[in-house]
This record gives sequence, C-alpha cells and structure tokens, in this order.
Amino acid sequence: MQEIMKKRAEELLQDGSVNRILGWKAGEFVYDITPFVFGSAEELDQGFVYNDFCGNNLSKYLVSESRKEGKILAFLKPCDTYSFNQLVKEHRILRENIYVIGIECGGKADIDKIKANGISGIVGIESCGSGFTVDTIYGRETVEKNSAFLERCTVCKSKKHVVYDELIGEDGEVLDAGRFDMVEKIEAMTTDERFEFWRGELSRCIRCNACRNVCPACTCERCVFDNENSGAASKASADTFEENMYHIIRAFHVAGRCTDCGECSRVCPQNIPLHLLNRKIILDIDELYGEFQAGEDTETCAPLTAFTKEDAEPGTVNKKGGN
Amino acid sequence: MLKLSLTRLDDLFTVIADKESLYLPVDTAVGQAQFKKWESGVKMSTALNTVRSAKDYFFPQTENIVDFRIQGKNIEIVDTRNESEDFILFGVRACDAKSFTILDKVFLAEPADTFYKSRREHGTVITLACTRPEETCFCSAFGIDPANPAGDISAWIAEGDIYFEAVTKKGADRIGIFASLLKDADDSAVKAQKEATAEIMAKLPLSGLNLKGFHADALNEKFRSPKWAELSKMCLGCGTCTFICPTCQCYDIRDFDTGHGVRRFRCWDSCMYSDFTKMSAGDPRHTQLERFRQRFMHKLIYFPANNDGVYGCVGCGRCLARCPISMNIAKVVKTLGDE
Repeated sequence: MQEIMKKRAEELLQDGSVNRILGWKAGEFVYDITPFVFGSAEELDQGFVYNDFCGNNLSKYLVSESRKEGKILAFLKPCDTYSFNQLVKEHRILRENIYVIGIECGGKADIDKIKANGISGIVGIESCGSGFTVDTIYGRETVEKNSAFLERCTVCKSKKHVVYDELIGEDGEVLDAGRFDMVEKIEAMTTDERFEFWRGELSRCIRCNACRNVCPACTCERCVFDNENSGAASKASADTFEENMYHIIRAFHVAGRCTDCGECSRVCPQNIPLHLLNRKIILDIDELYGEFQAGEDTETCAPLTAFTKEDAEPGTVNKKGGN
Repeated sequence: MLKLSLTRLDDLFTVIADKESLYLPVDTAVGQAQFKKWESGVKMSTALNTVRSAKDYFFPQTENIVDFRIQGKNIEIVDTRNESEDFILFGVRACDAKSFTILDKVFLAEPADTFYKSRREHGTVITLACTRPEETCFCSAFGIDPANPAGDISAWIAEGDIYFEAVTKKGADRIGIFASLLKDADDSAVKAQKEATAEIMAKLPLSGLNLKGFHADALNEKFRSPKWAELSKMCLGCGTCTFICPTCQCYDIRDFDTGHGVRRFRCWDSCMYSDFTKMSAGDPRHTQLERFRQRFMHKLIYFPANNDGVYGCVGCGRCLARCPISMNIAKVVKTLGDE
C-alpha cells in the first residue's frame, strides 16, 4: 500500500498535477509518525510512510495548505474524508486546490494499548496478519491487532470514502459498530452519577488545548478561550469548574459539525474520553432531528442550522428527564 | 546501605504517612500513573514513570499569589502565602530528580521565588532507580544515571527488597522517620542491578543521542537554521509538551475577578501559545515557527548558556510519548545537531 501511494505521489509530482503531498513521515520508532508536507521525490524517499500508526487526521492542515500556491495531494482515510467534506461545507478549505486520494484503512493502532501489555523498549513493530510482532530490547512479543486499535477504530463508523478524486485500495461501507453504547451507559446513570463521572474525567484536564488544536471542527481564527476580551480566556483554572466549562463549551460549539473523527481523545495526554461528549450530542441530534452524519456530503443543511416546522421543541429535553 | 522486605512496603508507607504527607505514583482508572497522596490501601504503581511530572509538587499548575479585597474606596492587599507543610515525594525517577535542580536554578536564584522555596525546603525527595527503561528514554544524554538516582534519599527495588541510601543532609535526617523498619544490608544486589541497567541503557535506540553542537557559541547558527521551518511546520501549537515537561517553568500571572476583589494567580504558560509573553506592542513571536524554535533554543542553547552548560532537558521522554504529532526534542537534536 505504502509503495503504491508513494509511486502515485511521485507521478503526480512529476507530471505537475500537484506540487506538494500531504502525508505521514516516519519517526524514530515505527509508531511516532509525524504529518508532513512533502515537496519532492527526494523528500518522499526520505520518510514517506503509511502504516498501522498513521492515525493522524490530516484534513485540518488543508485549511492553511489549500491557500498556498499550487495544488496539494492529500491522502485521506475514510474517516478523514468526513472532516474534509465538513471543512469544504464550511468554506474553510479550498477544494479546487486539493487532489484527494482516498486510501483504504483497516483501523489504526494505539501504541499505548500495545504498551499496556507491559511491552517497552520497542525497536520494531511488524504487522503480520491479525497481529503485531513487536521487537523490544527485552525480547519479542506478539499483540492481537484487535486489542490494539484506537478507540474510534474499535467502533469504526465508516469504511466508505465520502469524497475522493482517486482511490487506492477498496472503498467500504458505512458501518454500525455500536459507537453509542458507552453514551447509552452514561445516559442510564443517575444525574448524580453522571455528574460525578464527568467531574472525575474532566478534573484530569491540564488545559494543554491539544483536543481543540487537533480538532478539524475547531478552525476559528481566534478561539474564544484565547481571546482576552472575551471574559472567558484563561490559561488555567481560576476555579474548579473552569476545565469542565471549557470542554462543555467546545462540545456545544462543534455540535452538528463534529464528524466523530476521534482525534480529541487520541491526543489527550490525560486519556479523557472527550469523544463521549461529542457522541452524546450526535446521538441527541439523531433522535431529535433524524439521523444526521456531519461531513457525509458538502451540501446538506445541518439540523441545527436549518429550521423546519417539525423541529423538536425545547421542552422535549425536559420530557426526557434531563437526559 | 539499608533495606526492607518489599512485603512490608505498606508498613513503610504507613509509618511515613503518619508523620508527613506522602505522595507517590499510583495507577489511575485510565491506565496511567499519576502522583497521588498515599492513604491506607493505595498501591504504588510499577509504571516506569507518571504522565505528569513530579514538578507539580514544587511548582503547581495554578496557585494564588495575592488577594485584593475591595470595599468601597479601600483596597486591602492580602498576602496569601502559607508556609508549606512537610511532605515526602516517593518513587521519583532519576530524570525528574534532576529536573528539580534545573528548576532550582530558575526559582532559587536571587530574588528567590518564595512559593517555590517553601515547598522545596519542606519537601523530601525519595527517588527510585529504573530497571526497565523505555525506547523514549534518553536521560543518559544529559549525564543522568537512571540506576543511580539523586534526590534526598535514593532507593532501589531488587530481589524482593527495597534498599535505601541517604544522599543529602535532609535525606539523612528524614530517613530517621522510617529507620526503625530498616536493617543494614550489603549492596551486592544493588550493584548487580546497576550493572544490568547500564547494559540496557546502551541498547536503547536513543542511547547515542549526541548534543554536540548545542552550546552558547552556536546560538546564531542554530537560531538561523532553515531546518526550523520543516520541524515546526505541522506543530499544532498546543501546550502538551510544555505541561508534561518536568523542566518547563514558564508561567503567566493573571487576575481573576471575584466580584468583590481580585484574586491574582499564576499559572503555567506555554511558549507554544500565541499570546505567550505578549507585550503592549503585541506578540513578539508571530508564527508557530518562532514559538517552536523558542522552546528548543531555550532548552538546548539559552538555558545552558546561562547555567554553566546545564541543558534544560532531562531526557524523560514524556514529550516523545505524548506529542499529538510526535514531534519532539529528540528529532530536533538529530536534525540540528552537528555530525
């Protein structure tokens, strides 16, 4: 797969179709992959990589990259294409300056889950069939791939590319893998239990802003939390509810626009399950306005930005007992 | 050298906690180790290190520094400083122990930071030797021996026992709290462990990380390197690396309007943020390239230039593990270092 992608990138560079390639660059230990914009065949040779650890969603980089001179080739996994479409819909990326190659994805691995087996000192990881062979300075270990997926991949919502100019590998189907199961568990809690659950999770927040900065739905020129004139700017908690407010405001701001790409939870250094806040709102929208998937296309008016006479009344939420 | 059977670890913690607050690494429900206050029933984590560093205990993320209470036309200024209580920080790794000496250079230089100083004076650091370093570890590049950690008291877990040795005068004094549990021991098990760890360190992928070329004389050359553009290009501008870093020490001072006064607090700041060191004329570093460069120039050039060659990094590897785009100081050193 990696070699086919690289060859195609070289061809498109050479025939002048694109002048840059947005992809992933190899790091020091197989899994520490950095997004990168490659400008030449030499750069591609030096580090272009596509493997089980290319979890980063590259769509957001196109907000700035699509405004540069020339056309850029972007390699997008199925879930990345939803973010891409949503950004096109919001006029945040310039579609005409991007050549999209959709690439097949079998799910991406979470190095922390591999390490949770007590594996450390990793010097190499090979993918073989349904498992990983991990070479460490302490010996060789094997890990089942199924046990090492990123959370979002364990409940993959779609293997289908909703946008592409060209496809490498197979296109898949929209899936139903139970991504709302945990939301339903939390809904089943009592109000006090739920409050305690979220207070506990959000209390670990260190306000590094990684969730916001990686989020493809967070593309404000200046975030309210960075704006000193907003009255809400804060680098750290002035009181014990500050972090809670930050995450709740963010979840509401991306409501109806969040594609559930899961990057927020992937990057959180404190393992806060931030995706659950977004999924709760997605589930509510599905229930109150009919099923809606942000990023599925670039035209449909989102339920929260369109008025219809059939819209749910505000009182509906009260009838649900605050759930 | 003194030792205690590992089966009596709970007795040890009970005795210490009876005298002073005891903080040690604990596994959390989300599978990470974090420093927590010990109480009966709490188990010490066996993880190599905590996600957040131990610096929090001397330099917390947020602390109030002064209150202004306003009544009519009167403003009362309240000094909110309290003398820190005595506490013991247990299970600190060699890298984090070294980070305290780096923070000391910043906060204890005259005029000393009284908030930090009080905590340093009242805190006792008991370190624990590493036996299973990870691929992200590169403390040896900074002259740190993970098998021989500093701190006030050093500890080793070997062959079913935990060994102790006081390092500082404070350590020699504080070991008295639990000395009644310890018995004299020879150091053969510890010696063997040190040798084994040294062999492992040599096998680590970053063991050869070379800091040659990072010194005060190279300031202009490194600052002007065209490679910063490539290194910083994809940086998200979040503060993860700075907040989990044991040596990052920049902070901001902010006012919180309480409605009937002002609570002035300081909080960690990040050079990765767009308003970092913002002045009346605006932000001195306009792009992420400049912010990114600042972080690494500070650690690898400016800090050693002002502090007898001591780098502002201890090779703990936290930023290697946590950066959302896996860009980090090891990659910077490899890209910009001399051959």
